[in-house]
Amino acid sequence: MDRREFLSRITLGLSALIAALVGLPIIGYLLAPLVQPLPDQYIDVGAADSFHDTTLVKFRDPSPLPWAGQLADSALWVRRRADSGAQMFQVFSVHCTHLGCPVNWRPAAGIFLCPCHGGVFYADGRVAGGPPERPLFERDWRVEGGRLMVRAEPLPTIQTPKAT
Amino acid sequence: MRGAWRAALAWLDERLELGDSVLAVLRHPVPVALEGRIGWWYVFGSATLGVFVVQIATGVGLAMTYVPAPNSAYDTLQFITHDAALGGVVRGIHYWGAGAMVVLVLIHMSQVFLFGAYKYPREVNWLSGSVLLLLVLAMAFTGQLLRWDQDAFWSIVVAAEQAGRAPLIGDILAKLVIAGQTVGGATLTRFYATHVFLIPAAIFGFIGLHLYLVVKRGISEPPESGRPVDPRTYRQRYAEILRRGIPFYPDAAYRDAIVAFVAVVVVLVLALVVGAPELGKPADPTVVVADPKPDWYFLGYFSLLALIPREAESLVIIGLPTFAVLYLFALPLLFPAGERHWSRRPAAIAVVTIPFVAYVALTLAGFQSPWVPKLTDGAQLPVQVTIGLTPQQQSGAKLFISKDCFACHAIAGAGGRRGPDLSDVGSRLPRDRIVQRILTGGAGGMPAFAGNITPQELDDLVAFLETRTGK
Repeated sequence: MDRREFLSRITLGLSALIAALVGLPIIGYLLAPLVQPLPDQYIDVGAADSFHDTTLVKFRDPSPLPWAGQLADSALWVRRRADSGAQMFQVFSVHCTHLGCPVNWRPAAGIFLCPCHGGVFYADGRVAGGPPERPLFERDWRVEGGRLMVRAEPLPTIQTPKAT
Repeated sequence: MRGAWRAALAWLDERLELGDSVLAVLRHPVPVALEGRIGWWYVFGSATLGVFVVQIATGVGLAMTYVPAPNSAYDTLQFITHDAALGGVVRGIHYWGAGAMVVLVLIHMSQVFLFGAYKYPREVNWLSGSVLLLLVLAMAFTGQLLRWDQDAFWSIVVAAEQAGRAPLIGDILAKLVIAGQTVGGATLTRFYATHVFLIPAAIFGFIGLHLYLVVKRGISEPPESGRPVDPRTYRQRYAEILRRGIPFYPDAAYRDAIVAFVAVVVVLVLALVVGAPELGKPADPTVVVADPKPDWYFLGYFSLLALIPREAESLVIIGLPTFAVLYLFALPLLFPAGERHWSRRPAAIAVVTIPFVAYVALTLAGFQSPWVPKLTDGAQLPVQVTIGLTPQQQSGAKLFISKDCFACHAIAGAGGRRGPDLSDVGSRLPRDRIVQRILTGGAGGMPAFAGNITPQELDDLVAFLETRTGK
């Protein structure tokens, strides 16, 4: 290796090192939110006895970003099935399993209707018609001290494991 | 005075030497054939660039006021549109400029494709242009989301759900779209930074490469039928063409200026006359009444998503864009030589026209969206349908509304168009078939109402439907 070759390698090597030194923390900063799991917690959405039939429950993220505004709120469909026990509720995501649009509960017709592409679900979440391939996404829940608690979960996608 | 002006210019020219650099580049030779009428086909790249500059200027203007946080974005945009001096005009230009970008890029690309200009030695011109197309589409999509109304919020969800269908990496892609586990405070700021810094930086870089190559490789000569590109002889032949060439500036550039001017004026007129679309209701995840539709140039793709059969869904959502992108990038590498003239490339004409016609048809379908159930409160059947019914048929007609049959089925020209028109169902289907359809549902969208309708209700509903004989 002659002097010129050596200097050229030093120049290129140092430039690459600068890019790596600055680039790695930036990439880490950008990707961190994607791998950071939600805290494993159940959110109080109301007194268990206040839910009848199928209703939309709105609740606030317990620790939103200060500037989240309206996005700190979310909604779920809660279906009352029994007076008590493990069958007491079914809690559905509002997102259609087709492409995520919000499904509407139509009490008289007894179906969930999606306005985007006409997906239809029965009261228990099964597909009744339209493009969706799988039942409505269900959320884990439990009743503690008479309060209905639902689990904090990421946005469900088609890859979300099916409820067992 | 004139002398001082000239002296100043001479002083500057000696320091900058623009005559030897920028002016020399502007005067690079182009084929003399461009002096003819065919030269008007070579103007769309410049027109796109012109509108891009307009987008930068108006974008910077909007960013001076827009606050990219979920608790303020909507309000600041309403302020820009309705209260800020000329704010509505600036937003209007940015909106119509975005549509113009998409249209002009596609026209430019179609021209280059039909002229076979992507072939040797201009493969990288095409590749860099393809990247620019994808970046322009990404700008259009991310820009729509910054409106932060209900449409924007649910479009983000839909985008994440589509990304989530990708095999293996779907989950991480979906999280990348929403910048976290849920659509929240971080999502909008991430989209904003992507729209105003990340993608524009990439666009600047690729425009630089694209223009460098346009000058370095030279503008392609108009194709001649029966004169295929042969990489062994092409550059020599092209050098001879350029020897008899004309300077790009101003001999060809004046046309670019005229068309860019027309494009910008059209954008300006649309901004002034039509303006930017009014915002919908503010983004709110707890308001489930939403029917997100993208802007007009994406409407065809939106229709496609609604119309693909269930079985092919993931294949089309992931496969079609992947295939389109692969085709774009493989094209110049697979076909670097051969005939350039469109009359010798019938397949090339099909590749441009078939997707174009299909997309226009899908766009028209998107404006009507017949697959969308019409969930209007207080919907009513036309009077001529309900007049003279027996009490039982009246009750059936009410059930037709309350059970949301009307949301999907039209009667006498009113109602949804998701399912079959029932105006003549009474003469089309026997009673037992109607009953069966209601109770067990059918292929496609019809839910089974067996668990959800009393025998009395069923009788009433069928009695009403039997009156619908199309007369």
